Amino acid sequence: MRVPVSWLREFINIDGYSIEELDAALIRQGLEVEQIHRPELTGPLVVGEVQKITELTEFKKPIRHCLVNVGNAQPQSIVCGARNFAEGDWVVVVLPGAVLPGNFAISARKTYGHLSEGMICSAAELGLGDDHDGIIVLDRAELDPSVQPGTNAIPMLGLDETVIELAITPDRGYCLSIRGVARELAHALNVPFTDRGIASVPAATAQAPQGVRVLAESGCARFVARAVHGFDPQTRTPQWMRTRLIHGGMRPISFTVDVTNYLMLELGQPMHAFDAAKLQGDIVVRTAQAGETLRTLDGVVRKLDPEDVLITDDSGPIGLAAVMGGATTEISESTTDVVIECANWDPVLVARTARRHKLPSEAAKRFERGVDPALAPVAAQRAVDLLCELGGATADERVLDVDVREPRAPIALDPQRPGAIAGVPYSADVVRARLQEVGCSVSGAELFEVVPPSWRSDLTDPADLVEEVIRLEGYDNIPALTLDTPPSAGLTSWQRLQRRVADGLAAYGLVEVLNYPFVSPKVYDQLGLAQDDARRMSLRLANPMAETEPELRTTMLPGLFTALRRNLGRGERDLALFEMGQVFLPRADAPAAPRLGVEQRPTDEELAALLAAVPEQPVYVAAVFAGAADPVGWWGKGRPADWSDAIAAAGVVAREAGIDFRVEAADYAPWHPGRCARFVTDAGVVVGYAGELHPSVVAACELPKRTCAMELNLNAVPLPESTSAPKLSGFPPALIDVALVVPDRTPVADVERALRAGAGDLLEALRLFDVYEGDQLGAGRKSLAFALTFRAPDRTLTVEEATNARDSAVAEAFARLGAVLRD
Amino acid sequence: MSAPNDPYDPKQVAYLAPEALADAVTSAEKAFTDAADLDALILLKPQHLGDQSPVSLARREIGALPPQAKAEAGRRVNETRVALQALYDARLAVLSAERDERVLREEVVDVTLPVDRRPQGARHPLSSLREHIADLFIGMGFEIVDGPEVEAEWLNFDALNIGPDHPARTMMDTFFIDPPENGLVLRTHTSPSQARAMLQRTPPIYIAHPGKTFRTDELDATHTPVFHQVEGLAIDKGITMAHLRGTLNHFARALFGPEAKIRWRPSYFPFTEPSAEFDLWFPGAKGGPRWIEWGGCGMVNPRVLTACGIDPEVYSGFAFGMGIERTLMFRNDITDMRDMVEGDVRFSRASGLDS
Repeated sequence: MRVPVSWLREFINIDGYSIEELDAALIRQGLEVEQIHRPELTGPLVVGEVQKITELTEFKKPIRHCLVNVGNAQPQSIVCGARNFAEGDWVVVVLPGAVLPGNFAISARKTYGHLSEGMICSAAELGLGDDHDGIIVLDRAELDPSVQPGTNAIPMLGLDETVIELAITPDRGYCLSIRGVARELAHALNVPFTDRGIASVPAATAQAPQGVRVLAESGCARFVARAVHGFDPQTRTPQWMRTRLIHGGMRPISFTVDVTNYLMLELGQPMHAFDAAKLQGDIVVRTAQAGETLRTLDGVVRKLDPEDVLITDDSGPIGLAAVMGGATTEISESTTDVVIECANWDPVLVARTARRHKLPSEAAKRFERGVDPALAPVAAQRAVDLLCELGGATADERVLDVDVREPRAPIALDPQRPGAIAGVPYSADVVRARLQEVGCSVSGAELFEVVPPSWRSDLTDPADLVEEVIRLEGYDNIPALTLDTPPSAGLTSWQRLQRRVADGLAAYGLVEVLNYPFVSPKVYDQLGLAQDDARRMSLRLANPMAETEPELRTTMLPGLFTALRRNLGRGERDLALFEMGQVFLPRADAPAAPRLGVEQRPTDEELAALLAAVPEQPVYVAAVFAGAADPVGWWGKGRPADWSDAIAAAGVVAREAGIDFRVEAADYAPWHPGRCARFVTDAGVVVGYAGELHPSVVAACELPKRTCAMELNLNAVPLPESTSAPKLSGFPPALIDVALVVPDRTPVADVERALRAGAGDLLEALRLFDVYEGDQLGAGRKSLAFALTFRAPDRTLTVEEATNARDSAVAEAFARLGAVLRD
Repeated sequence: MSAPNDPYDPKQVAYLAPEALADAVTSAEKAFTDAADLDALILLKPQHLGDQSPVSLARREIGALPPQAKAEAGRRVNETRVALQALYDARLAVLSAERDERVLREEVVDVTLPVDRRPQGARHPLSSLREHIADLFIGMGFEIVDGPEVEAEWLNFDALNIGPDHPARTMMDTFFIDPPENGLVLRTHTSPSQARAMLQRTPPIYIAHPGKTFRTDELDATHTPVFHQVEGLAIDKGITMAHLRGTLNHFARALFGPEAKIRWRPSYFPFTEPSAEFDLWFPGAKGGPRWIEWGGCGMVNPRVLTACGIDPEVYSGFAFGMGIERTLMFRNDITDMRDMVEGDVRFSRASGLDS
């Protein structure tokens, strides 16, 4: 909402207040000042009388050399390219030394062979609209008699206006008007307020100027119709009104439209003007019937919905009520009889219609937020007056006022309540006075009965009244108190697990990234997922940011790949990235969420149904690796990242969770079928996968060769439990190495498990320290060298005890896997 | 041959002569001093302290002395030996120290060599700040809640007094899951988790939810369709706006130092009434302390309490929220939102493992 300060002055006396003080006062009232537009133009800018025009014809385009009287002894010599003026016309002249909007400084200069001491201005050049076509020719009949050539044109044209631009919250529909903003400012500054929205106007007459029937279905609370006759369709909108409209953010269009827009800005009442000659029969306000269409003023033919509220006549729909008029009854250059419609519409129906037809018009914006129903006859009278005064029309004395408003029920308010919410006591007198200040009528003592004013449709609940009192008493006067909270249990195990995992991966050398969850449906093929892979079943956005990425991720990998490519593109080479976040796993045939009411808490069953409609969204943690895992340096060679780094990252997660994953070979897209591990918990749950990516995935996703990745479902990882600490033996260990020869496809993990099982309780630790494959062993065999640490809790082991334990470990490995001691 | 009467028979006790012993000390002292290094000193040891050294030979001669002379001679020999050993040890200490010092000097390395043997990992600064904020809430006696990012429309809107025709529900701001009739959205704020908490817990409730949120804004220097918010909610008997101010002030001071404070501007949110936007007095602002728009807050609208099964006649509450991206941007002087969302490792690495 753009508010010209001069317009505010018509409602309140703000002499002596600076713009900064107005700004602060508006903010105190909850009206957010977005911007203050100060005058951009500095003079001299004066009225000039064109005395002599000499046509210069020797140039490519016609140019005029003019002598213009600007009130000095000598006329001003000015070269001008525009042609829409004649000798004797009064124009607006900017003189050397002035600065026009856009920081355009004016100086005397020689051009087209003549001295040009200034410029004759167009509206666009002065910031008064986008009319570049011609210069402004002043209508002398419109001017104050004191205006002469040389008169300062800046105040005359409203170019000294300061405009305050406000962001109006949806509850303050009445502040989408000068009237509403001025009222708020009057509260803030405690100055008197002249309400132009309340005026004594003629009541409905027995005869109507226009037959109107309002059907109940239309949700129209009030419909006022007035008429004027003998209107001069050539009437030009006076400059002061055009300037106000432009400052108010609207474009001047034609006189009747400008009058209705002017009053909408001033009072907040949208209205519509019909050409009475084009109306056929009575106006009927009703909802649309199936198949009806309407060509609206913007030229679009709209298919109407049975919920759309229409203005109709015998010809059918002639307007989309409260949103936009129709083309057939538009005011034209031959209109002489005008019918003014001033109505009050149901906010919800208007909002739906505006949204349905994507017509967020200024009128709809106001009706959606609530328009003061008392305004309709007042605004209609103002329109009639303006059309008569400025447009030469005669008022039709007849008034139609269909008023089916329900009286507003009083709101019961405990006068202690505002203080109880604020934390500062307010006396009942203060509460009453504040409510009366905003226009409420207040009765009762122990319990107030409050009837809000007609312009405050937003005041419906006691809480709304509480807010008014606290707001007017001032938020700044509320003290700060410390809460007396019950003891907090701190972070949950689940929250601590997430932190430990993320911190652990970062400490391990991975960089955390946060990717958007939006993915392209093409990624599933790029990842080589089978047609029936569950990860293909994704949620799709109805209105994605990019049509190419309409789906929500079911795996973190595509986002990580994008981040990897972006970093590579920016010159990074060695990358280990991780992300932790939700993925979105819809259930097949998931039920729609039930539409619940808000009058009371849903039942447990309703709530369960609601929550069941929300898809599973487990937290995944995933990582990608490319380039070197250990960098090359003065210490020696680097080491490229490989499958083992991806598995090690999963190990970090397991360690932070305080558990061990069982690692098994797996064949799972998008990984290399021979270089993929899956991780299984003690309970047999597969937590995720890691390894080198499949070469075709690497190619399809344009990743560096041998890129590796890890992805785990953190929700599948058991939460850390408190475990018994190990009992530490102080007796010396017995250290024995064994080398076992096994078939080369035997998983090391199986050998380790067999050794552990066979060695018994004396085995404290076991570590593989070498793998050997070579001719000595024969083809298809490998030698695994393990360091075994044996220790007893209560004694020093004898050589015999340690050897026996070693032998039984080897025997178990032989029994399970055919492992034999290497010679 | 008769036994000698003279204890100092020059023939038989030449090494025991006091002059000889004094010479032994003098010559040893010179020799030790002249030893240039540890090896040279060690080579000198047998000559001056070994079996054939003068002092050892003198000790052997004691046996030939008459008994009455033995004690006195033994004492002198011992004194000499102690003196020699002391000279040797002193020189040994000096030379050892010299040797040690030389070895340490020779083992010098360039400690300014880069030691980036492991790649440098990092948390994302937004995550670090999110966790920092969560810790502050824990310190204030709150608990941290989580919630799903795809959320029931009812929880994201209706339960929060944003009715079906509220402008915020249009596709202008909200990502709807297809088909929209199924009533699922990407949550536009973290508030649905607050609604879940109110529906599933009984007061007193003191919770905070830092989380990811979504709006249909194109990514540019100041907007991103995916961002983070943190919201606090307190529901108890007798909660007032004064408590809200106290909590916000504490939070501001904890994050931005003892000079920080907040101020309110009246505003409108469907889920709170009264509502306010709040500004932070940011003492550490680049270019000097100033007010910065920070977030929104208010007293929980009784309609919200009712829809969530909490009696507004018994309980009241406050809620507040702010953007974590915005907070990080002004705190760390980040001028382009894109740096936070593009996953450029240089951004995260710059702030290390904590914010």
